[in-house]
Amino acid sequence: MEATYNYKVVRQFSIMTVVWGIVGMLVGVIIAAQLIWPTLTEALGPLAPYLSYGRLRPLHTNAVIFAFGGSALFATSLYVVQRTCQTRVLSDGLASFVFWGWQAIIVMAAVSLPMGYTSSKEYAELEWPIDILITVVWVAYAVLFFGTIMKRKTQHIYVANWFFGAYILAIALLHVVNNVELPIVMEGGSWLKSYSAYAGVQDAMVQWWYGHNAVGFFLTTAFLGMMYYFIPKQAGRPIYSYRLSIVHFWTLNFIYMWAGPHHLMYTALPDWAQSLGMVFSLMLLAPSWGGMMNGIMTLSGAWHKLRTDPILKFLITAMSFYGMSTFEGPMMSVKTVNALSHYTDWNIAHVHSGALGWVAMISIGSLYHLIPRLYGREEMHSVKLINVHFWWSTIGVVLYIASMWIAGVAEGLMWRATNVDGTLTYSFAQSVAAIHPFYMIRLIGGSMFFAGMLLMAYNVWKTIAAGKAVNDARIPQAVAA
Amino acid sequence: MLAGYAVPDFVSEFWHYYIAAISIAGIIFSLWVLSSQTTKKLAEGEQAELMVHTWDGDLQELNNPLPRWWMWMFIGLTFFGIVYLVLYPGLGKYAGTLGWSSFQEWKDDKDTVDAEFDKVMAPFKSQDLMAVAADPKAKEMGQNLFMTYCSQCHGSSAQGGKGFPNLTDGQWLFGGTPEDIQASITGGRIAEMPPMGDAVGGEQGAKEVANYVLSLGGKPHDATLAAAGQAKFVACAGCHGENGKGMAVASFPDLTDDAWQYGGSESAIVQSILKGRKGGMPAQSQAAGGALNDSKIHLLAAYVWGLGGGKKPAAPAPAEAMAAPAEAVAAPAAN
Repeated sequence: MEATYNYKVVRQFSIMTVVWGIVGMLVGVIIAAQLIWPTLTEALGPLAPYLSYGRLRPLHTNAVIFAFGGSALFATSLYVVQRTCQTRVLSDGLASFVFWGWQAIIVMAAVSLPMGYTSSKEYAELEWPIDILITVVWVAYAVLFFGTIMKRKTQHIYVANWFFGAYILAIALLHVVNNVELPIVMEGGSWLKSYSAYAGVQDAMVQWWYGHNAVGFFLTTAFLGMMYYFIPKQAGRPIYSYRLSIVHFWTLNFIYMWAGPHHLMYTALPDWAQSLGMVFSLMLLAPSWGGMMNGIMTLSGAWHKLRTDPILKFLITAMSFYGMSTFEGPMMSVKTVNALSHYTDWNIAHVHSGALGWVAMISIGSLYHLIPRLYGREEMHSVKLINVHFWWSTIGVVLYIASMWIAGVAEGLMWRATNVDGTLTYSFAQSVAAIHPFYMIRLIGGSMFFAGMLLMAYNVWKTIAAGKAVNDARIPQAVAA
Repeated sequence: MLAGYAVPDFVSEFWHYYIAAISIAGIIFSLWVLSSQTTKKLAEGEQAELMVHTWDGDLQELNNPLPRWWMWMFIGLTFFGIVYLVLYPGLGKYAGTLGWSSFQEWKDDKDTVDAEFDKVMAPFKSQDLMAVAADPKAKEMGQNLFMTYCSQCHGSSAQGGKGFPNLTDGQWLFGGTPEDIQASITGGRIAEMPPMGDAVGGEQGAKEVANYVLSLGGKPHDATLAAAGQAKFVACAGCHGENGKGMAVASFPDLTDDAWQYGGSESAIVQSILKGRKGGMPAQSQAAGGALNDSKIHLLAAYVWGLGGGKKPAAPAPAEAMAAPAEAVAAPAAN
């Protein structure tokens, strides 16, 4: 009978989470600077085309979502599924394949995107050979995860695993359907270019069905799985409500699938689809806040721990940002609000209150819990540095989203302002000039968040240096009721 | 079906019912899940039940009732959704009781504002364009229109940029009289030069011709190259004239002045010769598929004319006006 957990794959993904977090956020800082100084990278001569904004932007989004976020999810889901099922992963070989396969995908993305290869679908820019590899690795991951659930020793499946399971299934569906594309090599063209199988507004709808569910399942459902393990563990308190987790799990998964059309308000998308997208986006507020409540209320009876435990601060602040973003999102999907917010930097504010405030902070908190356990330490090298990291991140996010809110609302109002003769009061260039100072503040906020990641890397490095990789974490043989 | 919609949203009745059924079933499902987990509130002092299962040593779950405010929020949002889907289109091709459509909303808005704003602009349409240019109110509106429709290419100060003509310098390819400007805006202009690389003998030839062109305008140049380019300029003289002064009546540019639309450096001129240039401005009138009605074009033409480069309409009688440019063209040929 197998006696130990596979910590190796968890460790590999945990380290790469920190590495890709730094890379992805550095690219973010660079493109934020390019928006202030557009000619910033032109001095690099022959390198300049590879560092142009249009190529770095998808690199940034892919790196933070799929490299940083993805690695964090692989690390935590494979850790959580083993520990809550009281069993080793289905196959060490498969685990290793998932790790190396995913890293290969990331490297291919990091090379092909700056070279200009893109399918031009947001968050699905990677070209078809990489798409196929993603599918293969994802299927391996699904087999690994569900196979481990199948051979669990515990009777019931822990709630975190419901969420990880839903995310794995939904992402498989989304990725495959949205990336149906025809490579032009079939017509004698390049090996690295394809065109979507869908046309016109249908292509747009499939893309945003995918795009919004990448947010819904990759960046939400999966990270809720993370929340359901690491918050009760770190707080030492039971989950607030089993009932609430049932209701918000099923309704979240169901309702999210409909929300995509809110990205296409006031476009050629038929009215009925826009209305359905808006209605279900509004309803989505309820299941989203159900998850936030279950996370935050788990702390009831242990609120005092927030004062002293910076890891809990990360986790609970993440839940607060989650609640805020999931209020903001439904509001922005209301047609009249969307008429103001669409195409402005308000979207950028919204995305980053989710991506930095929620996704990054819950990942960082979870990693600070996880890494000492993977290296046989009681806690991180410096708890004080975690605290510093927490404050840098929090102030960074607040500066980031507040400046982009102001910039976005300013843009929305300036673009719609008209004179008595019906002409526009401001030209587009004037709105760019008006938000310039807020781009500076955003750069400062983003840089602070990035600097926090460097602090984390140092702390992780010192923790690992003084620790020893744990490969003999014993699986308890007695099964609790 | 509204005018402008050529294609129905659904290719068959099936998809209409599919969408409507799955939407309604989804809402019912959400409410059912919610109600299935709704229980009484905890009594005063009552503790929430602790579920029996334990995972990973210490992970447990309480079973608190759903928070009441949250439950009511959920029901309220769902109720809003149902009402919205009755009033507005959403359930397949069901149009909603309000009969609303985004196309109609847009059209009503547009018709209203067009009528309203035309009241302000139309009075200027019957006035002479140069008089309009002198009217401060018209000038302000002209500037607003320019910022909205023209500044993307010609710049907010109308001084153009590479590939886009400066409208303030008095140098016109297509004429600077009020009528010329109005015609440029209304119908657009085409200004193309074919690639001449083969005709002048490739890159080296282009370089020589470029220097010759620079010498024609009295600008710094390489005399040896220019001398070599003189003979090859024959290929250019058909349009630009032997003296390089162009042919105003046919809108072929003068190469001896300082108004270079694509740059006046040696390398920019070489590029123009080798690859040609594809210039032009799209037609802006609504009749030609543009965005502007006659009132707006009139105000814009007056504004552009008044920027400093406008020319007075030719004073002589029409017959003489036609003859004058013909003479100007003939003159270089006689040299």
